[in-house]
Amino acid sequence: MRLGITFDRLRWEEKALKEEAESLGVRAELLDAKGLSFDLLKGGNGDLGDVVLQRCISHYRSLFLTRMLEAEGYTVVNPYEVAETCGNKMATTIALAKAGVPTPRTMVALSSESAEKAAEELGYPVVLKPFTGSWGRMVSVVRDRATLQAMVELREELPSPIDHMFYIQECIERPPRDIRAVVAGDQVVACVHRYAPEGEWRTNVARGGTSKVFTPEAGLKEIILKAAACVGGGVLGVDAMESPKGYVVHEVNNTVEFKGAQSAVDWSIPKKVIEYVMEAKR
Amino acid sequence: MMNSKCAECDAGVAIPSDAIVGEIVSCKECGAEYEVTELNGDMAMLKPAEQVEEDWGE
Repeated sequence: MRLGITFDRLRWEEKALKEEAESLGVRAELLDAKGLSFDLLKGGNGDLGDVVLQRCISHYRSLFLTRMLEAEGYTVVNPYEVAETCGNKMATTIALAKAGVPTPRTMVALSSESAEKAAEELGYPVVLKPFTGSWGRMVSVVRDRATLQAMVELREELPSPIDHMFYIQECIERPPRDIRAVVAGDQVVACVHRYAPEGEWRTNVARGGTSKVFTPEAGLKEIILKAAACVGGGVLGVDAMESPKGYVVHEVNNTVEFKGAQSAVDWSIPKKVIEYVMEAKR
Repeated sequence: MMNSKCAECDAGVAIPSDAIVGEIVSCKECGAEYEVTELNGDMAMLKPAEQVEEDWGE
């Protein structure tokens, strides 16, 4: 079995995935997506492997590459539809809500005009998030109307039309931590609490958040697996919070980073991922 | 450990001996990031790494 691991920025995760694949007897190759181009009519980019594990950090690059690889007949983990749903927070929320997975109340405003109305309807404080990307970038708690107006004005100055629409979420009263579960198929590979660093409310490991492992109770595990399944399943990072009314899932990540979670567990997360990928091909 | 020069500040950029093509290394002096494009014995070729884009992250 040969595995292609596509990337655009080589991180610890991709190197660890290659290493684990090889220790499992799988020939793995790291493929720089930035060096690829596709002839859409003729196809053909050489042989990239029996299965491709998509690890691009750029949402659109990842999405486009997956679509073209699938058109050439490759099995890609995760598939295009999953990447599309997870890469757009609006689509993720719709999938979660449809499946009955508890998720924070969310409104999408299609212009700056309606953003204010949406925030009023949710009630301050609200959380303003970008539709794609993140690591906590441009995610902010907005406590009042004046701050919202300032944020909206700032977003309007940005050149991309997607920044002129607004994803606004109720602010969940939670402890200074959230939950990251790494899921592979129907298995919760690792589940950690992520703690925000001092002076920060966001728990993203990219912002210095730290991880502590814990065993999810049955109810939480069920929610995590349901969240993963409702976006189409695969190798995913499900993020949840402890709200006063119970657990709520706020994100499902398509190209899950697990360096933080790995630092908290004594088993190999990349090994479990590779085992799933190989199974997905069969 | 290999060394290369930082195009921004001219300091030496240390490249770990187990580095592979595609890996990101950064200048300890000014923080500029580089991608390893070629490894040939003791020589490493670098190019400026892509900057964070709006659609990056998870």
